[in-house]
This record gives sequence, structure tokens and C-alpha cells, in this order.
Amino acid sequence: MELSEHIKTANVEDVTLRRPFHPALRGTLCVTSHHLLFSDGKDEASWQLLILLKNIDAIEKSVEILFGYPRAVGSSGTITIKCKDLLVLQLEIPGMEECLNIASSIEALSSLESVTEMYPFFYRPSHLTLSGPWGLSSMEQYYKQTERLWDRWRISTVNSDYSVCLSYPSAVIVPREVDDDMLIRSARFRQGGRFPVLSYCHHRNGMVIMRSSQPLTGANKKSCKEDELLLRAVIDGSKLGYIIDLRSAQQAQQARMTGGGFESKSCYSDWKRFHRHHERDGHSVLVHGSEGTDNTLLVSSLAQLILDPASRTVTGFLCLLEREWIQAGHPFQQRCAHSAYSHARLKQECPSFLLLLDCVWQVWRQFPLALEFSEALLLRLAQEVYASNYGTFLCNSEQERCAAGVKENTHCLFQSLLRPDIEEQYLNPLYEPTDLVIWPSVHPQSLQLWTGLFLRWTEYAQNMEEAREEVWSIVKEHREQAGPDRTNNMLSTHCDTLTPFENLMDELTIL
Amino acid sequence: MEHIITPKVEHVKLLNKYPEKKSALGTLYLTATHLIYVEQTNNSRAETWVLHHHIMSVEKLPLTAPGCPLLIRCKTFQLLHLLFQKERDCQDVYQSLLHLSQPVKEDELYAFLYTPHQNQEDRRQGWEFISVANDFSRMGLSNEYWEISPLNKNYEICSTYPSILGLPKNASVAVVTGSAKFRSRGRLPVLSYYHKDTKAAICRCSQPLSGLTSRCVEDEQMLQAISQANPNCPFIYVVDTRPKLNAMANRAAGKGYENEDNYSNIRFQFQGIENIHVMRNSLQKLLEVCSMKSPSMSDYLTGLENSGWMRHIKSVMDAGVFLAKAVSEERASVLVHCSDGWDRTAQVCSLACILLDPYYRTIKGLMVLIEKEWISFGHKFSHRCGHLDSDPKEVSPVFTQFLECVWQLSEQFPCVFEFNERYLIEIHNQVYACQYGNFIGNCQKERLDMRLHEKTFSLWPHLLKNQHLYRNPLYRRSLESTVLRPSTLPLHFKFWCGMYNHYDGGMHPKQSVLDQLLSLTQKQVEGERTMTELQRLAVADGVLPDPSGLISTPTKQDSPCEKTPTAPVVQSNGSCAPLINGDAEEAVPGAEKCNEEEGAES
Repeated sequence: MELSEHIKTANVEDVTLRRPFHPALRGTLCVTSHHLLFSDGKDEASWQLLILLKNIDAIEKSVEILFGYPRAVGSSGTITIKCKDLLVLQLEIPGMEECLNIASSIEALSSLESVTEMYPFFYRPSHLTLSGPWGLSSMEQYYKQTERLWDRWRISTVNSDYSVCLSYPSAVIVPREVDDDMLIRSARFRQGGRFPVLSYCHHRNGMVIMRSSQPLTGANKKSCKEDELLLRAVIDGSKLGYIIDLRSAQQAQQARMTGGGFESKSCYSDWKRFHRHHERDGHSVLVHGSEGTDNTLLVSSLAQLILDPASRTVTGFLCLLEREWIQAGHPFQQRCAHSAYSHARLKQECPSFLLLLDCVWQVWRQFPLALEFSEALLLRLAQEVYASNYGTFLCNSEQERCAAGVKENTHCLFQSLLRPDIEEQYLNPLYEPTDLVIWPSVHPQSLQLWTGLFLRWTEYAQNMEEAREEVWSIVKEHREQAGPDRTNNMLSTHCDTLTPFENLMDELTIL
Repeated sequence: MEHIITPKVEHVKLLNKYPEKKSALGTLYLTATHLIYVEQTNNSRAETWVLHHHIMSVEKLPLTAPGCPLLIRCKTFQLLHLLFQKERDCQDVYQSLLHLSQPVKEDELYAFLYTPHQNQEDRRQGWEFISVANDFSRMGLSNEYWEISPLNKNYEICSTYPSILGLPKNASVAVVTGSAKFRSRGRLPVLSYYHKDTKAAICRCSQPLSGLTSRCVEDEQMLQAISQANPNCPFIYVVDTRPKLNAMANRAAGKGYENEDNYSNIRFQFQGIENIHVMRNSLQKLLEVCSMKSPSMSDYLTGLENSGWMRHIKSVMDAGVFLAKAVSEERASVLVHCSDGWDRTAQVCSLACILLDPYYRTIKGLMVLIEKEWISFGHKFSHRCGHLDSDPKEVSPVFTQFLECVWQLSEQFPCVFEFNERYLIEIHNQVYACQYGNFIGNCQKERLDMRLHEKTFSLWPHLLKNQHLYRNPLYRRSLESTVLRPSTLPLHFKFWCGMYNHYDGGMHPKQSVLDQLLSLTQKQVEGERTMTELQRLAVADGVLPDPSGLISTPTKQDSPCEKTPTAPVVQSNGSCAPLINGDAEEAVPGAEKCNEEEGAES
């Protein structure tokens, strides 16, 4: 079925649009295969509203029939549209039939399931070409950049055809002394084939963060020699490693009944397992929950933001997201099919990525000078992950993206965000790079509602925008005055005064 | 001094709230004014100073193996958990602090000992620096509807009111005195704020002695006179800030609220703010939440909810917003009262003033507002803050709540206040410190009888001298002329960690945007000040022509400038920051913000 067949009424005149911050507008509403457009007709060239249908999470319709009038004249309807970026708007449409047609088109076109029918496959702006580079980084690149890894670690392409693990990228970093056969066996022992791979190597002490899914020990306490050897090779006889099981001890026990489980002490003598937070010190860690595609990635990427200054730049952060979320196989399509407004409660749906962005925002609030990017970047990502012109967040894994030809047929969001003219709006004017580790406080009093996201369609957001502009103008004025060779003497990170208590950042603080 | 049994105790442990952190070991000193804890390690020395007046309670906890614990709770929400090796030392310090923290007589308060480097003339000027009379002139009074009346100059009509009162011109002396007799403690309806643009007024009073059936013609005429003083609206709102039930209960005691049938053209309204006892208990519960040791998120949220604190803050804010809307949108005058008209009424009126008038959002304006609505109108600071050993049931965080409301507004509107959070916290600390005389006593008459102006110093010049610390670098004059319309939806209210967990540094952001911006703008200000000074000298030497008023000569200090900074002339050079900050350091009473106007004469 062609997309256009879903459109029974393409245009309606005399529609009234109501939305936050704007007076009600009267104009023409138009539904296309991927967009909802509204124009008041005054300026032919521009639209007052253009939203991706995929951004629409839920719609509510109500129709009114006025008695005593012919049906065609005396009926009207109101559609309330609730978007995944939390915008809510209302359309008053004259004519009941038109209203119902529009509503059903929106319903059908906002929940397309075939990836290649989605808008990124049709988005062809004149300033971008499909032949440009796609993506920012890869495991191979990370390996090349991280000299500390060269000695004991290697790139394995055992998964180059995605046969060992469907959700892993084609290349992964593993201990040098573990060969591909062992990886294949370890993969069979881990849910979804997600065997332990390297996620991050700390530049200071060479300790690493590994991640995986749960071991399939099951009720019979099965074990896997290769999996044990792999983890032993991570430690390399030096020190104890910590296994951070993100589930409670009870949940981990229960998982055995359904074939899952946890690493037993007897088989992994070099490793100590935790289900709760504890003191940090210089040890390597393995992080996993059940599937290793959600909380595992959340924790490993947040830890990198805290530990690694390189991941706090715009480029570094986007690379981190690309490695730890997109290539690591977070199932974006399943998780982000709908958002909070939708009545469809799909089992696979979960705002994991939004949770990460919120955590990053909390870190930024506590260290407002330490991140090169601004809240605007987080808000943009929160929007793009649900509905986008770009192919970056399509599909559930590298393998699916390959099969659908995403790289060949869509544009890359991250590349586009880094274009110099675009990037500035995502910069933090107060950024002062620091090499220190930024331990955030996890006291309840220290965590706040992410107002920038959740109140973004209220007047509050406008007040915050004014404040942001003011900060920019102060900084710019200062830079002009200070001239090009201003000294960086304002660095005021107070990390050295932190108490060990703050360091109790749950699982994140082990390294 | 006679209360200090042991002035120095060694080997005292200062226990940390977090069990993970090693506790400090140090020496405790007791002086006439402060408790000082000195922690000396090999290469560092850390001192913790606590003013005796800031101590709210001292509690001896059960003896433990490592020693004898003493818990000190402060009115500034600081918590000190000390551990003594000897029971005897603990007992001595406990006894001393009990006396030192709760003076019995006024002249034991710190302000009567405190002597900054000021001569008598400075002291006098300091006390005259903030003047309620000047603020009335700033509002445009007297005018054809309102006059500033000396009727209460001997505090005979109302002993807890100020000596000058804003009254409607057409209210006769008989009406004024008659109305006073019909109001609790004689606190008759008088002007709090006059809104020039709409000619609407905010008036305040105490509850009427209406009981179940009583009425008073003069009081009815008084309200009529207030109504007639506003040509823009045929009615006035009468806002009783109490919950309806409380107001009804008062009727049985011969007090109560206005019967709409007896007063012509009033619209009566309850606002539902709870009384001082509810607020006191609520704060206590809030502080329990603040001092929990590693609470889970749900412990914290449940505790916060159960304390009711945010609900109370919202109720005060709602009432303030109601007033501001009535005045600015309906152009209606409002008469506000609660029971005595010195707690909830002060909160609500002062909040409405801030919403309506940008002047009160400046550093000096807030001083004026506090002086006007709180100090001069007889908010009982001595009782509410428990300065002296007196009835604990009189203590209540009413003023703290007002400061919090201002803070909540500053969070919603980051660019409209000239001051930052630290200013509010400093004022709060000073209210309880009794280092300056401003917040001692319960009303103007009491303060006069105590001769505070001769024996103590005023806080305001001190704050002004340090105003560079309290500046909000994001303050934009261009935005200030607007009436603030805050949202009072619950999700706009935040827990004020900077106040109630002020001393738990670990909870606060580790980097400060405020400090960063202050240091950026401070440099700018210094640079421009140097330039201006050079230009001024050049003009004085005749080297440069006078560029019409941008350059200032040192200003006369005897002409306090009460001009509202909304005047468009202020923005004439396009950049407002330097003008705001222009005299951050050399600021003297009365001189700030005068430069641009007075410069024209040079």
C-alpha cells in the first residue's frame, strides 16, 4: 500500500490552530506522507507549522454536530495532537468527515513500521549529499586512539556478519589472548550473544569497563569455561575485578528460572559481584543487567562522561552515544516507537535514552562549566530520537541498519550537528575544560526535575531562554574585551574538595 | 561572659553527617559572641564560627562509647554534631550554650556589643538610608486621593503601626479612629502600596471585631473611602488570607471577617494560608527531611510531601499573585488582612509589591520593602525569630517563607532581580544574628523605646557595601518594568537546597555559574570604571568636552535617590550592566544609582 493511500483528505481550509506561545491561527491544514503542515496563507513561502507525523504520539478527536443544520455545514471537529517532544496542539476542523479523515491519516502515517518508508529515506535537503561521511566513530577508531589498549587488547571481527551476536557491531574490542572461537562460545553463554566486550579504558590507570548481557546459567547453574577465561584475561592476574549486576540480588536469582542468571563465585574467582553500590577504587568492572541493551549502556556511558574529559566535548559526547548506544545495539526502534502520551503500551517501549539524557543534564547542572555542550543539544537529541529527518536513530542494531541500507540512503544526524554553523547553538558558553573526574552528588536534594525538557512548552522555557541569551552576551562581551589571548585563570572546579561520600555514585564510580 | 564555664575544650570531634567521611578532631572555643571550632591538621586549619544567637537548640544525646555527643541546631539550618571525650566538658559547654544562645534581656543581644568602625554621623546616616517616607514619595504620594498622615505620630491610634500612615484623603479623623477601634489591636486599614499606573492600592489591616453580628459605621466608611480613592474600579477586594474555617472560629471570639452585606461594593475572598503554628511545625518536619542520613529518593519525596512546606509556600504565592492580578489587570484596590495583620498580611502584601513594582526587585528596593512591610508595620521579629528566651509558640518562619517566595520567583524569572540567592540568604542570617539593630523588637514604638538608633547600627549600609557579592549578573533592566506573572503550578516550586541544606556543601552544584558570571562581569565593570574615571578627569581638566551626563562627578551623599530605575534614560547607552554595577565597591549610602541622573549637572 502506498503511503498516499492513507490520505483521504489532503487539505482542509479554515482550520484553527491552537498551540503554546502563539495566538490562535486560522488557515489551511495539509497532510502529506510524513508531515502535518499548517499555513495561514499570508506568506505563501512559509509554513506556520511543520511537524513530522512520526513525532505524533497520540491524537484525540471529538466531533460536534449542530442540530438543525445540514451535516456538511453544521458539523466540526477538534483534534488534539500530543507529540513525542511533549508539544500539545489543537486543530479545529470544519466538517466532521474532514476531521475524521485527517485523524485517521495521522493515526496510520504516524505509526509506520517499515523502516524504509520512514522520512529519513526521503529527506533530501539541498545542502547535504548522501555521499558524505556517515557517523563519527567506530570501534576501530576508538582502538586506534587509545594507545593504552594496544598491548593487551585487540579488535575482533568475529561478528563481521552479525552471526555471533545479532545486536553487536561488526567489530568489538576484546583481550588479545582470547581468540575468536572462545568469543563464539562465550557468546552462546550470554543472552542474545552479548559476550563481554570492552566499553572504556581509563586513561589514568588502564582499568576498563566491560559490558555484556547476563550469563545463561539457568536453574542448573551451567557454566562456560571460555566465558570464564575471557573475564580472567580482562584481569590479567593483576587485581580483583568487580561485576556490577544492575539487578537486585533477588531479581538475579529469579532470572535463573527463565534461563538467565549471574556469575557464580566458584567459577569467576577473580571477580567480585555486586548488586548494590559500594566504595570505588581502581578496579576493572563488568557491567550487565539482563539483556545488556539498556541500563547497561546507561551506566557505562554515564561513567565515561564522569571519568573521561574527552567525552565531555560535543564531538566526544556524540562519539560516545554512537559507540555506546547506536553501535552497541540499543533497540531504538522498539524503545522509542511511542512516548508518554500514547495509549498503546508496547512491551518493548522504554525511555532508556531519555533517562540517559536526563542523567547527563543532572551532571551538567552540577558541573555547569565542565561540559562543552549545552542543554540545547540534549533537548535536540531528546527530540531526534523519537522523530527525525536523519537516519541515525533508525532500526535496532547495526545489522538491521545494514540490511535497510540506512547509511546509503539517509543523512547522519551527528555529522549534521557538527557543521560549524549549527554547532554554536549547542555550545556551553561557560565551558572550561577540566581533566578532573566529575563526581556528581546523588543526594535526593541534588537531583532536580529537568525543567528544560518537561516544561519546554510553558512560559518558563521563554524565561530560561532569556537567561541563556544573557549568559551568552556576557561571555561574548567579556571575550571581546579580553581579546584573543585571554588567560584561562577562571577555572574553578572544586573537585578536590569533594568528600568521599559524593563518590558513592552507585555503580558508576568503581574505576 | 559569666555564662562561659569552660572557654576552651580540646580533642572535640566534629561528626560528619556522612558516616563514610572521617570526622574532624579539633578544639572548641566559646567566646562572648561565638562558638568557634578549630580543626588543625598538619598543614591546614579550618575554623567553623557559629554565632550564639544563631543557635536554636542544644541537645545532649545519650552517652556513646567514643564519647559524649552534643547536637547543636541553628536557625540558619546548620547542624553541628560534636563529640566530647569527657562528660564534664560536654555538660559545661551545654550549660554555657543554653545561656548564651537564649539571652533574657534585650541588651544582651549582639547588636548592643557590636561596634563597627563608624562614627556617630555614619551611624545616623546609616539609619536614615532606607526611608519609608521616601518610598511613599517614589510611589507618587501624597496625591489627590491619598495622603501621608502623621495621625499616629505618638502611636496612640495603633501602637504596633508606624508613625506615618498612608490614608485616603476623604477619610475623616473620626472615621480613621473609629475604624481603628473596630480592628484587632487597632490595626486599621492603611495604605501599603499605591500602583501609579492603575491608581489601585493595596491596603492592609487586621481582622474586624465583627463577631457574629457587630458592625461599625466608621469601618464601613473607611472601606468606602478606600474604594473611592480609586477612580478606575467601582469595588474593592477584601482578602482574608486565612483559611475560612479559622476565620469563622474567630467570629465566636468577637473577631472574624467582613460581612459583605454591611460593606458596599466589596468582594470578599479567603486565601487559605495556614497560621504560624502550622508553619512552625511544617518547617520542623522539613528540617527533619533535610537532616536525614542518606535517604532514598522516596524517603525524601515522601518527607517533603508530608512536611507540607511546599504547599504552604504555594499558598502564600497564590495569594500574592491574586493581589497583583487584581491591581494590575482589574485595576481594583485590595484590602488584605489575616488575624493581627502582621504575618500572613506582611507576606502577601510584600510579595504583591515585588510582582507589581520592579523597584522592589533591586538590591536597595528589597531593603525598602522589608523596612516598609515588615519592620515598620510591626512584624514581630523578636517573637517570630525567638531572639530572646520567650514563648516558643510565638516562633514561626513567616519571614523565611517570604524570602523563599522571592527565591522561587527568581528561579522562574532569572533576569528580573538585581540580586542573587546569596543576598536572600544573607538577609536571613542577619535577621537571626541580631548583629545589627534592624530586626530587634516587635514594632516601631518598641524600637524607639529601646533607642536602637543610638545603641546599634543598621544592617542596610553594610549590605550595600557588599552589594557586589549579591549582584545577579543576568539582571536585565529592560525586562524589569513588567508586572511578573509567575506560574503557581506545583511543578514550578522547587526545594530550596541553598537555604535549608546550605551547610551541606556536598549537595550543591560543584561549579557555580553565578561565580563564573560575577567574575566575568566584575572585570568588565572595573575596566569601565577606570575608563570613566579617566574621562571624568579629562573633562574636569577641560581636555574633553562633557558628553552630556554619561560621566559622573562624585555624588552628593545627602540626597538619597529613590527614583524608580524604570526611567528609560537609564538605558540610554545601550548597556545596562556597568550602570548597575558602576559603584559596586565605593558605594555609599544614598549614592548608588544616582550617577546617571546627577552627572548631567556636572
